Amino acid sequence: MSDLTHHPVQHDLAPGEEEIHSVGERIVGYVVGLGLALLLTATSFFIAGTNLVWQPSIPIAIIVLAIAQMGVHLVFFLHITTGPDNTNNVLALAFGLLIVFLVVGGSVWIMSHLNENMPAMDQIMRMQ
Amino acid sequence: MAMTATYGHAHADPHHLGRAIEHPGPAPKRIVTAYGFWVFLLSDIVMFSCFFAAYAVLVGQTADGPKGSEIFEQRNVAIETVCLLLSSFTCGMASIAADVRNRLWFYLGMAVTCLLGLIFLSIEFREFADLVSRGYGPSRSAFLTAFFSLVGCHGLHVTAGVLWLLTMMAQVFAKGFRADILRRMMCFALFWHALDIIWVAVFSVVYLLGSGV
Repeated sequence: MSDLTHHPVQHDLAPGEEEIHSVGERIVGYVVGLGLALLLTATSFFIAGTNLVWQPSIPIAIIVLAIAQMGVHLVFFLHITTGPDNTNNVLALAFGLLIVFLVVGGSVWIMSHLNENMPAMDQIMRMQ
Repeated sequence: MAMTATYGHAHADPHHLGRAIEHPGPAPKRIVTAYGFWVFLLSDIVMFSCFFAAYAVLVGQTADGPKGSEIFEQRNVAIETVCLLLSSFTCGMASIAADVRNRLWFYLGMAVTCLLGLIFLSIEFREFADLVSRGYGPSRSAFLTAFFSLVGCHGLHVTAGVLWLLTMMAQVFAKGFRADILRRMMCFALFWHALDIIWVAVFSVVYLLGSGV
């Protein structure tokens, strides 16, 4: 186990680690990420308060912009790539996302159906 | 360059076929540590997803209390978002500085990150204090319970992150850029960037979608 010498050719990349090692290129990567993230954030805040677009499309637009911004963060700040030396990191992320979608999607789905199919609370009280 | 010259190189041999006989041995400690921390972060994100699910289910249950659109101030949220985004950037600068062992830029990057984190926390704290003083505390309605627990949980993470950040500055000051300190710095950077990703979900789902409901 060598700590000081690390050989990118021998092993996979650690999460957050970059393939490029020149300082200038790495800074440019962060600057691009920051610019894209700021752009997406500004768009979300603008979309949320505008009357220029069809109103029912706004929630979907906000969700799409949020997912896009998370992608920007993953690529430019956490340096998750599709490269073969990143497979372990991507697979762990994919499994985490699966659980997240099961928990959030499942809860929203089940609870909205329960809400529709159950009588209101005061009606239950009257039935007893 | 001939292909045979680069054979065995990870990028020329993505499926490790050339190294099937000669196993490279265990991964270096920095990869093992960072990967373990990555798995922890993903489990933390799974925990946050439970709070998000609770918020999504309870967002309409206001018990005649205030709705999201009545209590959220978009301007504050925008400032908080910009603070966290910039702090993610300066945290990246600090980790580059740590990799090239440049103390000045490391301290500078970390100090700016800390400052932006503290601005974020103070805005959030004032928002919470204001809501509680108006009688809209977490016990007012199920919606407010879900709101305070989700946003407050993120705020607690940021607080922990700021403490960790100061610890990293002190450790670099006392021990220098040793291999173990650099591993901790790497985990800290992962943690801080992950908090920013969670904040993206918070401001989109809670503040922007919530004020439309």
